[in-house]
Amino acid sequence: MAETTITRDEVAHVAGLAKLAFNDAELDQFTTQLSDILNIFDTLSEVGTDNVDPTYSVTETVNHLRDDVADNWGQKQELLDNAPLAAAGLIKVPAILDGEGE
Amino acid sequence: MTFNYFEHDLASLHNQLVNREITATELTEATIDNIANTDEQLQAFISTNPDEALAQAKLIDEKGNFDNVLTGIPVGLKDNLATKGIQTTGASHILEGFKPIYNATVVEKLSNSGAVSVGKTNMDEFAMGGSTETSYYKKTTNAWDHSKVPGGSSGGSASAVAGGQVPFALGSDTGGSIRQPAAFNGIVGMKPTYGRVSRWGLFAMASSLDQIGPFTRTVKDNATVLSAIAGFDAHDSTASQREVPDFSAKLTGDVKGLKIAVPKEYFGEGIDPKVAKQVKAAIAQLEALGATVDEVSLPHTKYGVAAYYIIMSSEASSNLQRYDGVRYGFRADDVKNLEDLYVKTRSEGFGDEVKRRIMLGTFSLSAGAYDAFFKKAAKIRTLLIEDFNKVFEKYDVIVGPTAPTVAYGLGEEVDDPTAMYLADVLTIPVNLAGLPGLSVNAGFVDGLPVGLQIIGKPFDEETVYQTGYAYEQASHLFDQHPDIAKKY
Amino acid sequence: MGTGNFETTIGLEVHVEMQTNSKLLSPSPVHYGDEPNENTNVIDFGYPGVLPVANKGALEYGMRVALALHATVSPFIRWDRKNYFYPDNPKAYQTTQSQTPIGTNGYLDVTLEDGTVKRVRIKEMHVEEDAGKNTHGSDGYSYVDLNRQGTPLIEIVSEPDIASPEEAYAYLEQLRQAVLFTGVSEAKMQEGQMRADVNISIRPYGSDTFGTKVEMKNINSFNYVRNALIFEEKRQAEVLRAGGEIRQETRRYDEPTKSTILMRVKEGADDYRYFPEPDLSPVVIDQTWIDEVAASLPKSAGDRRNHYVNDLGIEPYDAEVLTQTLAMANFYDDTIAAGADPKRAANYLIGDVNAYMNKHQVELQDTELTPEHLAGMVKLIEDGTISTKQAKQVFEAIMTGEEPETFAKAHGLVQLSDPDVLLAWITEVLDNNPQSIEDFKGGKDRATGYLIGQLMKMSKGQANPSVLNKLLLAELNKR
Ligand SMILES: [Mg+2]
Ligand SMILES: [Zn+2]
Repeated sequence: MAETTITRDEVAHVAGLAKLAFNDAELDQFTTQLSDILNIFDTLSEVGTDNVDPTYSVTETVNHLRDDVADNWGQKQELLDNAPLAAAGLIKVPAILDGEGE
Repeated sequence: MTFNYFEHDLASLHNQLVNREITATELTEATIDNIANTDEQLQAFISTNPDEALAQAKLIDEKGNFDNVLTGIPVGLKDNLATKGIQTTGASHILEGFKPIYNATVVEKLSNSGAVSVGKTNMDEFAMGGSTETSYYKKTTNAWDHSKVPGGSSGGSASAVAGGQVPFALGSDTGGSIRQPAAFNGIVGMKPTYGRVSRWGLFAMASSLDQIGPFTRTVKDNATVLSAIAGFDAHDSTASQREVPDFSAKLTGDVKGLKIAVPKEYFGEGIDPKVAKQVKAAIAQLEALGATVDEVSLPHTKYGVAAYYIIMSSEASSNLQRYDGVRYGFRADDVKNLEDLYVKTRSEGFGDEVKRRIMLGTFSLSAGAYDAFFKKAAKIRTLLIEDFNKVFEKYDVIVGPTAPTVAYGLGEEVDDPTAMYLADVLTIPVNLAGLPGLSVNAGFVDGLPVGLQIIGKPFDEETVYQTGYAYEQASHLFDQHPDIAKKY
Repeated sequence: MGTGNFETTIGLEVHVEMQTNSKLLSPSPVHYGDEPNENTNVIDFGYPGVLPVANKGALEYGMRVALALHATVSPFIRWDRKNYFYPDNPKAYQTTQSQTPIGTNGYLDVTLEDGTVKRVRIKEMHVEEDAGKNTHGSDGYSYVDLNRQGTPLIEIVSEPDIASPEEAYAYLEQLRQAVLFTGVSEAKMQEGQMRADVNISIRPYGSDTFGTKVEMKNINSFNYVRNALIFEEKRQAEVLRAGGEIRQETRRYDEPTKSTILMRVKEGADDYRYFPEPDLSPVVIDQTWIDEVAASLPKSAGDRRNHYVNDLGIEPYDAEVLTQTLAMANFYDDTIAAGADPKRAANYLIGDVNAYMNKHQVELQDTELTPEHLAGMVKLIEDGTISTKQAKQVFEAIMTGEEPETFAKAHGLVQLSDPDVLLAWITEVLDNNPQSIEDFKGGKDRATGYLIGQLMKMSKGQANPSVLNKLLLAELNKR
């Protein structure tokens, strides 16, 4: 049985994807905890699933679609009021550095 | 002036309101007093909204129309259900002070029925946990023993109902979060079929697993509340378009000829023998009432926890990305740039359990892990569903324990995530398969309640309630109250 | 093609905003140019607890594009999430179709400059949501407008069949036209309704493995795409000739220097953690639905051009102009359907109408002109009711919404073609000019010119010259 291990570096990489920061002690702790949990996950490899289709949802509903009709709910002001910072109808965030995100 | 809900079910409250023996305002005031009187012990509510509640009750009294069975009746709402203008936090620091600008569909439906929401109940942060201890705000206690956990994640709702603060409450169940706290508190908790109740306005943990459901002291009350919140919703494209049946149609007390399956895996390793014994006694009672009982096998049960944790954490990791400090909620101070804002806001705003699951889920979906984890789990989910389908070809319901143990001590297990994860082994498969699952009290072990779980075919809540009701009427366990009942 | 010893491989991912009434996952209006965040609601803001519901119209628009590009429409669609953090992406995931695209295995036949036709295969197309817009202030803050967030996009992903910047340019132009003629978008470049992500690699001739790809994102001008590719082709060749290695990197096109600038070096693939979207019900598309959408699909530009040239006798160049926009082509078809002479109608649209649109900076649909009025004017010319000279005034009038015949009559612009009236004048003029009759008989052509002049004077210029000419000759020959 192939055992999945996760290194401290990988944990740090995953934290980066999730936009979370951990100090060294936390990283160590997470590495141990995630490794333990991954060991439980590894039991799944005992089960042969070659001809099994994955189930991503059990909803019985298909084609629940909306007709293309516009409806403005008029929530702009309330939405902006809830934003930590807004100006001139825009949400205000600290500068986006070049190359960040997309 | 408090009100003793232990002496009245919803029908009785309704009659008193109809006959003007009590007004909605009086009932609401009494409920607020109930909470004031006992929440020091229970710590069940994150926030209450007496002003709004009393204003609503006053309007109801003025109108004087009590045609709906829920009109004028107070309710507690889990703090992950969006309430317009009323703080909704998901028990997270990251949403401290956040006031949604819309109502969840269930909130809207209850409000249209005339139910009066008095407050928002405590829960595990973003419903992640089984003891309500991961809440950023407070630790709720078990209604039967305040040194014990109430279960979770809907621990606040369960404790509030079991502790007599409110006649009913709503919770949400992703892997057992209604049924397990219901079991720990000796009350009735239903996780309906996936799609039965609209999720619009439920702060998502895992979208393919989450369902909202009621906490009540009796099965009949539970069926009544489910009728009020179930049904199609244009806002939720996973909501079922089926007609909502009368969930109390089969509450006759009769289970003669009902075919009950008992999975041997539900009494396997890790189940407290005393709990197992109590549940077996309950099953024997159902048999004595005329049901047929057979042992069956759900062979993939032991893989349920791993599959669940992968699917749940993956979906959750994505669902919780929106908490980024940009549009609402908490935003960290002293940030240099956007990246800094994201990382600081999320690192300061989320608690450890949430971070752990985000990490787990992010990893499970990441490039190298997707096939071995996320996709594999989705295939195991198929096998679990096939297990259930096979049993339901021959049987009407599946019964077993709700939780492997009774409520444990506060602080006992919170630091051992793997142990806590395994505690959900009996409830998780029901969410993975999208089935309805009910927990009813099956007696006590060492003074703490034990839950009997009744699992039904998809959209067959009626038979689940039928079974639960027959047992409840035969056992009359609802006559037993926790000590806190004396405070009303 | 290519540069020297290298062969170029280009792949294009084109995003086109579809002009639906409402957004892909929320009913907020899709409308360009409104006040910031005007067209947003709790769904667009990614509020806790909100759920998406997919827009049927957007799916059908996606099906139209798939059909127009000869792709197979997927019978089953399960939406997917693409996860990444950015302020214009409120849920921190984009709802898209990565595993079950709306269309697969399509193609576009691209006519190249030398007239040859190259088939560019289209791998797949997805319906997905657009992001909002960030603007970067000089005050240390960025500002987010979510009006555009959730606008339905169709992403069209080509196979790496494109071998030069020129081919890329031709592909983009003709892809734009193909999309335009599905009626789902006006694909206005200046409004960012069509954007291209470009990747390019080069390899030595004969090599059987592709070179390392360099990527450039969100270019919203075909010229920029061509320039960027020309620069990259050269840059990469120089690097390789100097013994260097191409890194997998993202670059950006800089117009002032017509060069590309490094943005970041990619370490491995981006990790978007795609997975099936559990909040949306799956979509099942049966043949009946596909047939319905196919029936609603406007005829392609190519089909229309063939019809114009082969059946209506229009010059190929003119057919090209008439199919520049769907609005123009539809207008032309409607004008013909209203009974106009195809050639004359084409001449008016290509000439006067286009000139009018340029002069007033308006689109055809923003003018008061209708196909019926244009056809009416063309008919008045054809049957000799008005002269082409008179038509100039009538044209001005129909551009402001006037009915041509009513206008012409009211303004005395009607030519006299009634033979009885004309014959009476001819008789009078001939009786008064016996010398001219003699001259005519004597073979002097000038004579008829003089007589026509007299007649026009008599009719105050309103006589229809060609009818007049015919009748006059007949009368002269009788005398
Ligand atoms: Mg895409
Ligand atoms: Zn895209």
